[in-house]
Amino acid sequence: MNIVVCVKQVPDTATERKLRSDDNTLDRDAADGVVNELDEYAVEEALKLKEAHGGEVTVLTMGPGKATDTIRKALAMGADKAVHLSDDALHGSDALSTSYAMAQVLKKIGFDLVILGSESTDARTGVLAAMLAERLGTAQLTLANKVEVEGSSIRIQRLTDYGFDRVEATLPAVVSVVEKINEPRYPSFKGIMAAKKKPVETLAIGDASIDAGQVGLAAAWSEVVDFAAAPPRAAGTIVKDEGDGGAKAADFLASKKFI
Amino acid sequence: MSEILVLVDHAEGEVKKVTLELLTLARTLGTPAAVWAGPGITADAKARLAEYGAEKIYVAGADDIVEYVVAPKAELLAQLVAAKSPAAVLVAATAEGKEVAGRLAIKTDSGVITDAVGLGEGFVADQSIFGGGINVHSRVRKGTPIVAVRPNSTAPVAAAGAGTEEEITVTLSDAAKAARVVERVKQEKGARPELTEAAIVVSGGRGVGSAENFSVIEGLADALGAAVGASRAATDAGWYPHQFQVGQTGKTVSPQLYIAAGISGAIQHRAGMQTAKTIVAINKDPEAPIFELADYGVVGDLHQVVPQLTEEINKRK
Repeated sequence: MNIVVCVKQVPDTATERKLRSDDNTLDRDAADGVVNELDEYAVEEALKLKEAHGGEVTVLTMGPGKATDTIRKALAMGADKAVHLSDDALHGSDALSTSYAMAQVLKKIGFDLVILGSESTDARTGVLAAMLAERLGTAQLTLANKVEVEGSSIRIQRLTDYGFDRVEATLPAVVSVVEKINEPRYPSFKGIMAAKKKPVETLAIGDASIDAGQVGLAAAWSEVVDFAAAPPRAAGTIVKDEGDGGAKAADFLASKKFI
Repeated sequence: MSEILVLVDHAEGEVKKVTLELLTLARTLGTPAAVWAGPGITADAKARLAEYGAEKIYVAGADDIVEYVVAPKAELLAQLVAAKSPAAVLVAATAEGKEVAGRLAIKTDSGVITDAVGLGEGFVADQSIFGGGINVHSRVRKGTPIVAVRPNSTAPVAAAGAGTEEEITVTLSDAAKAARVVERVKQEKGARPELTEAAIVVSGGRGVGSAENFSVIEGLADALGAAVGASRAATDAGWYPHQFQVGQTGKTVSPQLYIAAGISGAIQHRAGMQTAKTIVAINKDPEAPIFELADYGVVGDLHQVVPQLTEEINKRK
């Protein structure tokens, strides 16, 4: 089975994340880049499926040069090779452009299964997997907390408000996974060393038949008009519990008409 | 005024509160038209949609709309966008709502905004990003604005609309039928409201100490008619099911009142609750960052404070 796992480098949540004042896009230099946490579950799921069914796991990322760190991490976990879509023309791409560019690469490299994390911790739109399924015309098997493949059939459990749906499809398919679907492995020393020798193919937009007029900030379908630091919340009242903390909190809730 | 399509969020024939919020919001920007996807619309549901301002109710009642994952709803809306030329399309910013919005954006060559917490003139959306640290105004530049709005972004206000019903038939493409729902498994959630929709959320964290002790959190939630949430520390420890996790990798909630008990307030948690209107924190550690957000905080042992609060609430009812 030919599995492509999409990973994204995101700014570390633990550091201060900023937008750039010149073009309102994410300031990638302001914070340390880390692998999007939910993508680690995607990599793990891809590796487990490969271990069970054979095949190959390719890491795909779109992002600037420093995103190679993210690729190395996924390779160290055990992925076989990587494709890095990197081009200045992609800067400022929104979800529509990103899904277009990624879909073009996926069409070029081919796949039976595409796996992603259900959202990124920076933009948090949660739309990319659905958009890829739409653009590729394949089954959308998203928000999965369980994935089973048998021959060319695939079944997932899709998380819903009321519990979950059992969903089935025929490969090829796009799968997104939620936290806790598995326990992502830590790269071993051997894995980290091996990752250095694994092939990483870097593509510019022209290499994947990506139309420059469909990507980047100028082509984006949506835009950030302006932004500002959120005003700090007005300092609240903090009391120490002297045996009446619950009653005092009840007084507060009553003053706000919650009770 | 031009029509604004509102995709109705419904379960077991009932319209969810978020839809009433979206209709209220749509009234400020145009003429709301509700879109009901799937079978099971009831007279009560129609009356509810009209009560909150739906001038039209488009009903696509065929079974196949809900037999496949997401794509049929996007095809339905795309067909309506082509036929009715609405000024915008609003959906609830639930995980599925956002997926519908994403596919619809591609089908209609339109921009999409997700997780709006407000929407103003020219469909300029308010968003709160990076764990609530930055407020953003954003807008769609191409096509029909498609906006996924977070539950609890606005208070639903009734104002009757005509509620004229129109039946819609959609012929689904083969691609829309690629992922088939073979079974829906409903997990017991009791009488509590849904976490993302609830007006009040009571969450417990590491300080709760055990799965059994979550009954203290549930007791307070039930006294307030609230949903129960949990921090990642609590779900990682296995004290509460993962689907109730509030935070960056879990659910994002925006309730009127959020009560955090035994939660320190790490950025990962704040990302999921910082847009709550009123925040109450109960924590033993006076240095816990959650107190920086709290409108009211009690420094103390939640195992003393929370039961007392619950008792007081029940007494005052």
